[in-house]
Amino acid sequence: MTIQLEVRGAGKHHPSGWALRDCDLTVDPSTVTALIGPNGAGKSTLMAAAAGLTSLTTGEILVNGRRVVRAMPPELGYLAQDTPLYRRWRVADMVDQTADLNTRWDAPHAARLIDEAGIDPDTRVGTLSGGQRTRLALALVLGKRPALVLLDEPLADLDPLARLQVQQTLMTEVATTGMTVLMSSHILGDVQDTCDDLVLLQDGRVTLRGPVDVLISRHRLLTGPPADPAALGWLKAPDVVEIRSSLRQTTVLVSAPPPGLPAGWTDQPATLDEIVIARLRATTQPGHTQEGAA
Amino acid sequence: MIDYRIDRRAAIPAYLQIVAQTRQALEQGRLAVGDQLPTAREVVASAGINPNTVLKAYRELERQGLVEGRVGTGTFVTGDLVRLRTDLVSPLAGRLRDWLDAAADGGMTRHEIEALVTTILDERERGTVR
Repeated sequence: MTIQLEVRGAGKHHPSGWALRDCDLTVDPSTVTALIGPNGAGKSTLMAAAAGLTSLTTGEILVNGRRVVRAMPPELGYLAQDTPLYRRWRVADMVDQTADLNTRWDAPHAARLIDEAGIDPDTRVGTLSGGQRTRLALALVLGKRPALVLLDEPLADLDPLARLQVQQTLMTEVATTGMTVLMSSHILGDVQDTCDDLVLLQDGRVTLRGPVDVLISRHRLLTGPPADPAALGWLKAPDVVEIRSSLRQTTVLVSAPPPGLPAGWTDQPATLDEIVIARLRATTQPGHTQEGAA
Repeated sequence: MIDYRIDRRAAIPAYLQIVAQTRQALEQGRLAVGDQLPTAREVVASAGINPNTVLKAYRELERQGLVEGRVGTGTFVTGDLVRLRTDLVSPLAGRLRDWLDAAADGGMTRHEIEALVTTILDERERGTVR
């Protein structure tokens, strides 16, 4: 079964202000979407709302066309950021308890994932490594055979090997079952190869979204001689994401390839890191992107 | 069966790495007509990349007339690539070695040489070669 997630005009107001504002996004069936953004941008709030764990102030979230209201849809799996596990319990007890709490439960599948993680069901949760804990928590989510999973920072604090193993498990599940995934991450390098789409959240708002390969192919990094802003008139202002100048060179990130380049300028593909970081810098330094481009 | 090695830190997207490695295996004769490519699930299980990335690479190889996806069975090699022409390669390699000796004598580092080659290749691609 494949499943779609739709977020329409979602907003969440806290006493301190808006945690989420006018959010629109669609996660298509059997695709993987990365939710990127600085701490406090609203990623966890959006995930918790989609899981039915917190209510929205405005807008709505739909799972396969049905509105999520104060309850987790049965076909949905949710992995919270702090992977809530009982440290004194044995692994097998965690599995039994999770099985009891879920009407859908594929015990052999959960057991296989735990075995693949090299976890002995008799060990206590507290003695597992960070990577094993994450893989146990993931097995407990995937044991439900969810059609849609929401993963809040599943790769945070993992060493490179554990990160690869978690991604192998997740992507195999996507390839086998057509599961739909929305996952938040800080690690952009991982996003590039694991995600179809990217959504950038900043201050509770969506500031960039689209297929990862389209975003990468559209953005270009132009490098040229040091120039005063007035000499950059050939750049089309709306396409300029960021201009950085040093004594030796000028670097410009554009969101659309320019038709031609003046002499002395070169044009390179931009990495996802460069695209996202330039956008984050551009908003934290108001006016920075536009200077010289207007 | 070919095993893909995906370098996740490379600037080249994973799907292009799969395309390039498949073409290279065809050129070197490690893959031949009739051979089966690994399934998306197999690549994903070892590389941890998005299955759609693998399918995208296979579609590109299909577009290049090198492979064919057969419903329910898998993706198979249908096209051949001209093998690397040894008659052309060895004299070129010889001249390249001479050139590299000269570069090393002049004190150029590996990075400088790579940067120079990349710059010239880029220029040729843009058609701005002088």
